[in-house]
Amino acid sequence: MTTERAPAQRSTKTRARKASRREALAAYALVSPWLIGFVGLTLGPMLASLWLSFTDYSLVTTNGTSFVGASNYREALTEDPLVLQSLRVTAYYALLAVVLDLVLGLMLAILLNSGFRGIGAIRTIYYLPAAVSGVAVSLLWLWIFQPSGGLANGILDLVGLPTSDWIYSTTWVIPAFVLMSLWGVGRSAFIYLAILQRIPTNLYEAAAVDGAKSMRRFFRITVPLVTPAIFLNLILGLIGNFQTFTQAFVISEGGPANASLFYTLYLYRNAFRYFRVGYASALAWILFALLLALTLVLFRTGRRWVYYEAGGPGGRP
Amino acid sequence: MSGSGVVLGPRPTGPWARRFSLLIIVIGAATVLLPLAWMLSTSLKPESQVFRTPIEWVPTTVRTENYSEAVSIIPFWRYALNSAIVAIPVVIGTVLSSAAVAYAFARLRAPGLNAMFVLVIAGIMLPGEVTLVPSFLLYKELGWVGTYLPLTVPAWLGGGAFNIFLLRQYFLTIPREQEELARVEGHGFLSILLRVIIPQSWPAISVVAALQFVDVWNDFLGPLLYITDQTQYTLPLGLNFYKDIYNTQWAHLMAASLLALLPCIVVFFLAQRAFTQGVVLTGRR
Repeated sequence: MTTERAPAQRSTKTRARKASRREALAAYALVSPWLIGFVGLTLGPMLASLWLSFTDYSLVTTNGTSFVGASNYREALTEDPLVLQSLRVTAYYALLAVVLDLVLGLMLAILLNSGFRGIGAIRTIYYLPAAVSGVAVSLLWLWIFQPSGGLANGILDLVGLPTSDWIYSTTWVIPAFVLMSLWGVGRSAFIYLAILQRIPTNLYEAAAVDGAKSMRRFFRITVPLVTPAIFLNLILGLIGNFQTFTQAFVISEGGPANASLFYTLYLYRNAFRYFRVGYASALAWILFALLLALTLVLFRTGRRWVYYEAGGPGGRP
Repeated sequence: MSGSGVVLGPRPTGPWARRFSLLIIVIGAATVLLPLAWMLSTSLKPESQVFRTPIEWVPTTVRTENYSEAVSIIPFWRYALNSAIVAIPVVIGTVLSSAAVAYAFARLRAPGLNAMFVLVIAGIMLPGEVTLVPSFLLYKELGWVGTYLPLTVPAWLGGGAFNIFLLRQYFLTIPREQEELARVEGHGFLSILLRVIIPQSWPAISVVAALQFVDVWNDFLGPLLYITDQTQYTLPLGLNFYKDIYNTQWAHLMAASLLALLPCIVVFFLAQRAFTQGVVLTGRR
């Protein structure tokens, strides 16, 4: 570069600057649809929702909207027993579903990692429920959980176990929803499986030579290496489960006695059945704050138990 | 046991452990299929035999008329057509717009671009409830409630954080030579995306398309909020409506539900690998 003559250098520089400006313009043009969507459908609505949560905005009244301070939040957190109920229901479901999905998913992944002939076809079967969802699947489970004639009680009857009222019982309605969600456990199993298949076999052989028992190998080798996936599933699973709506709307409609009043269902009712937009917005922000706090706590503690190959606990050998 | 060489990582070893785990795998797979088998079995029974105990897996009388009746009790084909009218532009919009955005994030440099990528990823953590109500107000203000626009237009605006992330990761693995050649020949960035990048990315694009199709085909909350006229119902709304009116006719209800799921099952078998890869790459739920 230093040997080049000055004018040539200048023109190369201008050309380079022109090219990088063109590149930047192209980049902005390509991301512009996302940017419009982000501002118009995420950031804008978020701010609008924050503002609405401090008003008594209603979808039906005509006598104007007024600023009501924090009274929506006060009502939700201290006066409305259904908020606490729906938080309890949703947290119970989210935790039970996430933890069971994690444990069963990991066990299934280890079993599916065997080199049996025909294992490919069997893996496909496990993954099938992930491709179907929504109202049709909810109707299927509504039928499965019918106390008389339904498949769940039919099987319990067949093996001589006591039957249940499932979605019509305040005790069993949430476990019923958890069972339904576990039908899709193959999805998590696939994530774990992908990681298991990258673990070099010689790690296990070395451990076996050292005389490590298989349980010990599992907790010392397998579990640490899948912790990043466990962490991801934990966070996305909790956030996803906190948004449970269709199943609750179609199968139990929040009942019996609000025992399956999922948070999103209650928020939907406030906004679109009681037309209390301001109050529903406060509910949305309460949920957002809770999930954000939960995520931050998980990230904080995650540093201690999530293993990352470079520089994580243990680090590189 | 490590003789096979194909399988890596932890797996059951020893002949008895292997036999036992095979048994569990097969029982588990049968359990996963059970609800769908039950759905099929119910859909072929006369309504009078649906409640029989103990369970009859094979109907004593097969009644295929359930299907022809189910599609005429509700305007099933009308709803299916409506679902397709929503699903097709959503899938196309998602693929095109997420590919454009992902290409910029994968290849181009511009001030602020990295910050935008962080925002895309942060968006995954945002619960949909927060934007649910104000988005409705926005579409109401625009006069879009009662049309398909609130369901289809957002797909053209970025195509979702998971899809952007997935395509970006895939684009990063494509060698740059062909792109540079095309640049020298004077092609612009959009032309490079369409001529060079997308043709090399069908595996990732089929992941995005297949997952998005299943999502939009099964979407319930969106249509519930924005579709007001019964003739415009999509299948999920139609099925829910059917349930409220004929909620004890399980054979017919299962026939209609199974038919509604069929496109997803077909897409699943056509794009099995796409499904599993998409989940593995992004952890998407």
